[in-house]
Parts: sequence; C-alpha cells; structure tokens
Amino acid sequence: MSINTTAKLNIDWVLVTLYALLVILGWFSIYSAAYNPEFPSPLTFSEEYGKQAVWIGVCLMLIIVILYLDAEVFNKFAIFIYAFFVLLLALVLVVGKEVNGAKAWFGIGDFGIQPSEFSKIGVGLFLARYISINSSQFKSLRIRAYALAVVGFPAGLILLQPDVGSVLTFLAFILVMYREGLSGNVLIFGFASVFVGTYSIVVGSGTTNYPYFGYQSSVWTFILVLFVIGVLALFAVKQFVVPRSRRMINTVVVASTILACAMAYSINYVVDHVLEPHHKERIYVMLSLPVEREDATYNSEMAKITVGSGGFVGKGFHEGPMTQNNYVPEQWTDFIFSAVAEEWGFIGSTVVILLFFALIFRLVTVAERQRSQFSRIYGYCVAAILFMHLLINVGMVLGLAPIIGIPLPFFSYGGSSLMAFTILLFIMIRLDAERLSIFR
Amino acid sequence: MNNNRQYTFLLIVASVCLIYIVRLFMLQVATDEWKNKGSRLTEREVVIYPSRGNILDRNGKVLVENQTVYDLMVLPKEMQPFDTNHFCQIINLPIEELRDALKKAVTYPNVKYKPSPVVKQILPAEYAVFAEELHKFPGFFVQARTLRIYPESLGALVLGDVGEVTKEILEKNPDYRKGDYIGLNGIEKAYEAELRGKRGIRYVYRDNLGVEHPVAEGRLDSAAHEGQDLIASLDAELQKYGEMLMQNKRGCIVAIEPATGEILALVSAPTFDPNLLVGRARGNNFAQLASDPLKPLFNRATQAQYRPGSIFKIAQSLAALQIGAITPQTVIPCNRALIGCHGGHSADDLEMAIVHSCNPYFRGVMQRVVEANRDPNSRNNDAAIGLGIWQEQIMKFGFGGNMGSDLPNLKIGKVPGADYYDKRYGTGGWNYATIYSISIGEGELLINPVQMCNLACIVANRGYYYPPHTVKKIGREGTARQEYHEKIDVGVNRSYFETVVNAMEKVVGPGGTANSAKLSDIVICGKTGTVQNEPKEDHSVFVCFAPKDNPKIALAVYVEYAGFGGTWAAPIASLMVEKYLKGTITNLEKEKQIREARILNYVN
Repeated sequence: MSINTTAKLNIDWVLVTLYALLVILGWFSIYSAAYNPEFPSPLTFSEEYGKQAVWIGVCLMLIIVILYLDAEVFNKFAIFIYAFFVLLLALVLVVGKEVNGAKAWFGIGDFGIQPSEFSKIGVGLFLARYISINSSQFKSLRIRAYALAVVGFPAGLILLQPDVGSVLTFLAFILVMYREGLSGNVLIFGFASVFVGTYSIVVGSGTTNYPYFGYQSSVWTFILVLFVIGVLALFAVKQFVVPRSRRMINTVVVASTILACAMAYSINYVVDHVLEPHHKERIYVMLSLPVEREDATYNSEMAKITVGSGGFVGKGFHEGPMTQNNYVPEQWTDFIFSAVAEEWGFIGSTVVILLFFALIFRLVTVAERQRSQFSRIYGYCVAAILFMHLLINVGMVLGLAPIIGIPLPFFSYGGSSLMAFTILLFIMIRLDAERLSIFR
Repeated sequence: MNNNRQYTFLLIVASVCLIYIVRLFMLQVATDEWKNKGSRLTEREVVIYPSRGNILDRNGKVLVENQTVYDLMVLPKEMQPFDTNHFCQIINLPIEELRDALKKAVTYPNVKYKPSPVVKQILPAEYAVFAEELHKFPGFFVQARTLRIYPESLGALVLGDVGEVTKEILEKNPDYRKGDYIGLNGIEKAYEAELRGKRGIRYVYRDNLGVEHPVAEGRLDSAAHEGQDLIASLDAELQKYGEMLMQNKRGCIVAIEPATGEILALVSAPTFDPNLLVGRARGNNFAQLASDPLKPLFNRATQAQYRPGSIFKIAQSLAALQIGAITPQTVIPCNRALIGCHGGHSADDLEMAIVHSCNPYFRGVMQRVVEANRDPNSRNNDAAIGLGIWQEQIMKFGFGGNMGSDLPNLKIGKVPGADYYDKRYGTGGWNYATIYSISIGEGELLINPVQMCNLACIVANRGYYYPPHTVKKIGREGTARQEYHEKIDVGVNRSYFETVVNAMEKVVGPGGTANSAKLSDIVICGKTGTVQNEPKEDHSVFVCFAPKDNPKIALAVYVEYAGFGGTWAAPIASLMVEKYLKGTITNLEKEKQIREARILNYVN
C-alpha cells in the first residue's frame, strides 16, 4: 500500500480548504466560549480550547493515514468496518459510561470516546457498498428493506443508549437512498408528517399558536387556516405528485386523510405517554407552547438571547457578554453556534452557514463526478450526514428545532465528533483522488 | 431521472440554509427584542437597600434597631467539586443539611443558574470564622442583610416584627421584591412606609472579565433614602414595669396619655422576648410560641374583645344623661328581685349608684333610655328608636369602631343595635327587659381593651379624646400623623362629667370597690368591673385616670379569670400610675404580691 502518485495529485483542494476553514473557525469559537481568564493561552491543555487543539493535531495525523491508505480498502473492507462499529455500539451498552443519562461513552480515564459518532462512517461505507453491488435491483422492495436494515440496526442500538439525537441524524441515509432511486414521495411524506405532527401537538396542547410566529388566533381562524392549507396541499398533490394517467387521486386522498388522522391521534399519544416529560417540554418550548417549568425554556431562551445579542456585526471575538458569562450551559459543545452568532453577528453566522452550504454543495458535485457508484453513494452519505447535523443543531440554537444534543460538525468541542467528521470527509477525498484510475 | 435528484437534494439544503439565514436576520437584525433581553441579563440592577428606621421610646431609649447578618448563598452553576466535610466544618453545618440545601437549590422552583440560600441569617461573629476561606469554594458567597434587634427586650407585640414578603404582597405591590422584609404587625406594620425608606438602584454591566462598570456613567441610577426613625409614644420603663406586673397572668394593660391620645404602654400577657423571633432560631421559637396554650402571640390588648362588665356603667351614665333619660339626681331603688347586686344600699342617686355599682339602678336606666320615646300605639317600635339613640351615643365613645387608631388589626368590638335584636328575637320580639344586661356591661356587648382605656381618657378630658396612637414623632424632629392632632368630641355636655368623675374618685376612696388602688398623694379616679364567666372565675377589670385634675395617664387593666375587679386589676393600675407619675413605688409589699401572683387557671 504505497502512496499512489495520482491520488496525491488529485486531492480536491476546495474540500480541504473548506474543511480547514471550518475547523479553524470552530476552534476560535471554542476558545472564546470556554475561555477561562486564568489560562489565557489558547494552548492550555487543561481547558477545552487546549484539548481541542490536541484533537486537531490528532486529526491531521488521521488525514495523513487516510491519504496513504489504498482507496480500495474502504470498499473491500466496508463490511468489516461496519461490523466493527456495530460491535462497539453493542459493547458500549454493556461497559459504557453513563453521561447525561445516556450510555454512549467508552471511558478511558478522563478521556472518552463516543462510538455512535464513528458508526456513521461504517454505515456510510457499507450502505454504499451494499447499494452499489445491488444497484440493478435497487428497485426491488427486498433490497430496499435490507438497505434500510443496514441503517436501522445500528440506529436501534443507539436508541437503546438512549441517544435520540444521534438516531435522528441517521435519517440522512434516507436522503442518500432517495438519490439512488427511492420514490420522491418519501420526501413529501416526510414533510407532510412534520407538518401534521407539529399541528397535532399544537392542537393537542389546547392552544392555537402558530409555531415560530408567536401569534395566536381564534379557534375558528385557526381551523380555517389549516383547512386552506389542506386544500392547497390536495391540489399540489393532484397536480405534481400523482401521475394524471393513473387516476388514483381519490385513493390517494382517502388514504392520506386516514393516515393523517391516525398520525394526529398517535402523535399526541406518543407525546403524552411515550416520550419522557423533558422531551415533551422541549418540543413544547420549540413550538412556543406553554410549559410548566421555568427552566424548561431556559436553554432555548438563552440561546435565542445570545444569538440576538450579536446584532448585525457581532460583539467581537471574546466580547460577547452572554457568551463570556456562560449564560448558555455547555456552550462550547452543542450550543457553540450561539457563541458564533453573538461574537460575529449576523454577518459571521451567515458566513458560517454559507461555508457549510459550500461544503455540502462541493461534496454533491464531487460525488456526482465519481465513476464508481460506491464512491458516489458514499459522497452523498457524507453530504447528507453533514446536512442533518447542520439542520438539527443550528435549528435548535435558533429555536426552530427541539433541543437535541448533537454536535455542529467541526465546531462543537469534542474529540469523537471532530475525528469522526474528519475521517468521514477525508475518506471521500481519498476516494475522489482515485476516481480517474477507476473504470466504469 | 436520478440526475435531477442531486438538484432536489441541493434545493433542500439551500432552502434550509436560507430559512436559517432569514431566522438569524429576524433574531439579530429585525428586532431588538432579543438584544434587549440580553442587556437586561448582562446589565444588572444592583439594589441598594436602605436601612430600616429605628424605633425609640418617648424618652429616646432605643427599642428596635438593626444588626447586619449574612445569608450564605450558592449559585450551583458555578459550583465546583469541593471538600464538603471541611466546608461544613468551617460553616458549622451538619453535612446532611448542606446536602439538602444543595439539592433544594437545583430543584424546582429553584434553578441552578440562580442563587439559592444555604444558611440564612448568620451572625457577624459566625461569619467572621469562615469569611477568609469562602473564596476557595466557587459558587458560594454571602449576602449581607439587616435584621431587627430589640435592646430592651420588651413590647414584642406592640412593636411588631418583620419577615420576608409573601407571594400575595409581591403580586399586589410592585415596590417589593422576593426576599424583601416587611413589617408584619404592630408598629412595624402600621409605619411600614416610613420605616422602610426608598430603595436605590445602580445599573452596572459586566465585561468579559466579570468586572462591573456603571451603565451610562451612573446617570440612570437612583439613590437610596434611609428609612425614618420613629419616636414611639411608648414609655419603655412603664411598658417594662407593666410586663413585669403581668407575668404569670393572662390579660392586658393599656395606658394612654389623655391629653394627646399617645399610648404609653400596651401590655399583653403573657408576653415574650421579641429577640426570639429574629435570626436562625425564628422558625423554632415561633412554632413553640404558636403552640403555647397561653397564646402569647395573641395581642390581648388589640385583638381581644371582652364583655366590659361594670366599667361600662360610666359610658352608660354619660349616655343616659346626654339623652335625657335621667338626671344626676334621679334615684332608682335597688330592687334586687330584678337583678343581683352587692353591698348595703337601697336607693341611690347616679353618683352613688356608680360608686356602689348598683345593677338594678342601671337596669332602670336602660329601661328609661329604651322607653324614653314611648309611642302609645306600639311599644316595640319604641324600643328600637330608644335603642337606636343609645347606640349612636355609645358609638361616639369609640365603641364598635377603631377610633382612628394606628394599631393594626385592632378589633372593634360590638355595640348591639335594634337590627341585631330584630334578627335575633324577630322584629318586635324584644324590649328593654330582654336586653338590659348590656346596661351593666354584660350580654352581647363586646369591647376592646384600647376602647376601655379610651373611655377613661374621655372622662379624664371631660368630653373628648384623641385617636389612640403609638407613634409620637415620624423622624426624630417630626410629629405624629396629622389625624392624631385633631380632638374628637363625644357629644356629651361637659357638666355631666362632674357627677361621673366624683363617683370615680369615691370608687377609689374609702369603702369604694377599688380602695386597693388608693395612693396617698395622687387622686385616682376609677371604676372596677367584674365580668361573669359562669362557671369559671370572673375577669378582673379596672379603668382609671390620674390625677383627678389635669390627668396625665389613663389606664385599662384586664386580668382574665382573676376574680373581683378591685382585687387584681385595680392595684395593678395603681402601681402603673405611681410608676409613671413618680418613678418610684411606695408600697413595695403590694408590688411584690402582684408580681409573684400566678393566675393561670383554666389552661387547656
């Protein structure tokens, strides 16, 4: 396994540059958010920013190792990598250390590793492998079911920890399968479910709030608005989704109405009886519905205040009063984006979001230019996972998603997530570097 | 077809990014709502608490002042692992209590990002022990507070106490904040606004090193105004002496300066040291006092409503004279078939009827009062008219009302009128024979001890009173509240008082019911009362004023379940008079006898 000269030449420098920018900005944010005036040096290894610097160093070494590996390794050994991580996920349930109520960590002294972060690499590789060797039959229900099982099995193990947030990020793989031929109705179904679910919870809470608008109306206006949205959706489905030739419109309408009703009822059942009370509270907080405990709204409220405090240009590095006084708990991990927003303002946070968009855009472009189907699917896995993290994490900080503890890639403090995303991305860079030497 | 899907994918990603950028714009640029919330958090209001005013007695002796104590607080958010054993040792707290406090600090409604108390009201000496070391325990700090202290240990109920504001007050009154102190009763409550002062506010913001700077160079700040000192009308010596005389007894003493309405002493017995309700021990002591069967927390002087007994004959005489039902010369036979009486007399005029406390006489007076306006067609309506006129006059003496007093929670008693008896017996179902007990201070009549003393003031002043009040000066150079400078006339002709005053002098004279109260050099005018409590012992009651001319002090003494009015209440009043007017006691034997008496029967 000597280094391939073509690989060396064909590294996608756009991806590498975007990666470097995000990691460096992330480290700055941690330095500011976790700043301890007693240890002003950014390389103080007892503080989060010093530790993160160490993790960045470790990642550099990982990158070199990945680039030196033969690209074939990832394809050929995908199943073993997958199996290895599934095993770790099973093992962590037995010998793992419990942190914040989830058995998600292997603890070795002060040092902890979160296998769920790494497992996405295995799932991505094996899913790519599985779909690519069965690509001719991907239309068959059986193969699709197996593909879902590849994703679902580790997701189930993570759910046992329980770590709902990480499980949600596995929805990314549905997007990948959509790219590989899963019906577009999946997306419509997903969107409609979120809509129906949201409004079921609103109605179930006995209020007539319009989520995110902070606005209430009379019951009749509320019913009218929902009715109009329903009729519009019906026309849209009739016009764009159901092929006119099939004349299935009535069936679809009846079926989806029944489904929506069933969902509306079951959602509230789940919210009231299945979810933990604090999960219910988080959803209520997100939808601006009344909650009983003052501190249930605290994190969400503080995050929004911290973001708002930034204004247009931001308070400046190390100058954010909300950030520097640690109003947002554990701000250097999941809520790191609030520090970004306060200190760098609307301009800075927009730049960060655009950098993420650029990275995902570039990954899709790179994936689409692959000759190997394996590489393309894997590329989409990386793009979709990054997207899901961005969607949930930033949504949470901005009060648009419930509070779910998942990291913002490259920004949030933590060795496991930084290493996992680095490996995830650089495997793609390594595969891409090889693309010209692969024959279709 | 699948090739289109990369665009769908990118479209989804782009839409989400766009939504998030719009949302960022809404939170950060479009409104100041969140920014302002942020400034409210980082810009702190530092409240400057004014110190509460002191309370002094009429001679300048300090009755209530402030002492600084410390609340040990914890901010769980900033707490770090620490040696709990060492910590508990230096703050002198059992480790279980620390654990409880820390648990409570993060249990709703407390939250970990707001400070919660660990130990409240640590005395300065206790604080000094661990002040040096406290900085080693991040998240813990002390908050200085002031507490009341009572150097003379007297007047617990009349001075009142302070406590933290309740939720109800917080909701009603925006001037108070959680944890503020407020006067709960007594003078502390009645003069809350004056004692409290005005809180000042300093606005500061914290920079990234946690250092505080004034906002807008302090232009928004407001200064604190200290609470005003009060000069109470109380005489500390007299109050203390009264409390001493009343030890091991139940009842009360009210002493008022007739010429001003200033309350000189307000003793409720049994009493307690007000310092017991201060500091860490307050809770325990309060529970103990509250469960005491003698009810030391019940202010008998202001909240009790007693049947007045024969002392009411003074009011009855004055009212009947003014109504015109009798004249000083009216003689009514002592017909003991109608109502019991005592002593050897058969037919008295008014003066002697008061001296002898002749019950049949006053029964007759009541008949004349009620039937004064006889209507030949309907005698029952008559009674209502007569009683109405009587009630109106009686209430002018301050009965059935609060006399404009500043005493909080003063009970007003009851003066039954026609509507009351109509309700009880049916309209027309009663006449003077039904209700005559009220003429001798029994029956449905209820009078508060301050009202009894006020009656003595009215006689002392020959026709008027000032609202009884406890504060002589607001601020050391100030005066009493405006309404206490205005005399209230009771509408009885001044000449009628001579008969009553002479009678009251004879009551304390040789052969009078209150001869035990006689002093050799001071003329006391008084009237005893013996309130029936069948089958229990009678209440012993005495009202008086002294000296006869230009009176300086009026008193009401009520000793529960003690017996005849002349036996206990009268000598107590006489000792109080002597103490106040001369400063020394001549009859030390009498003082000793009173002081050492235990009259605590019927304790359930």
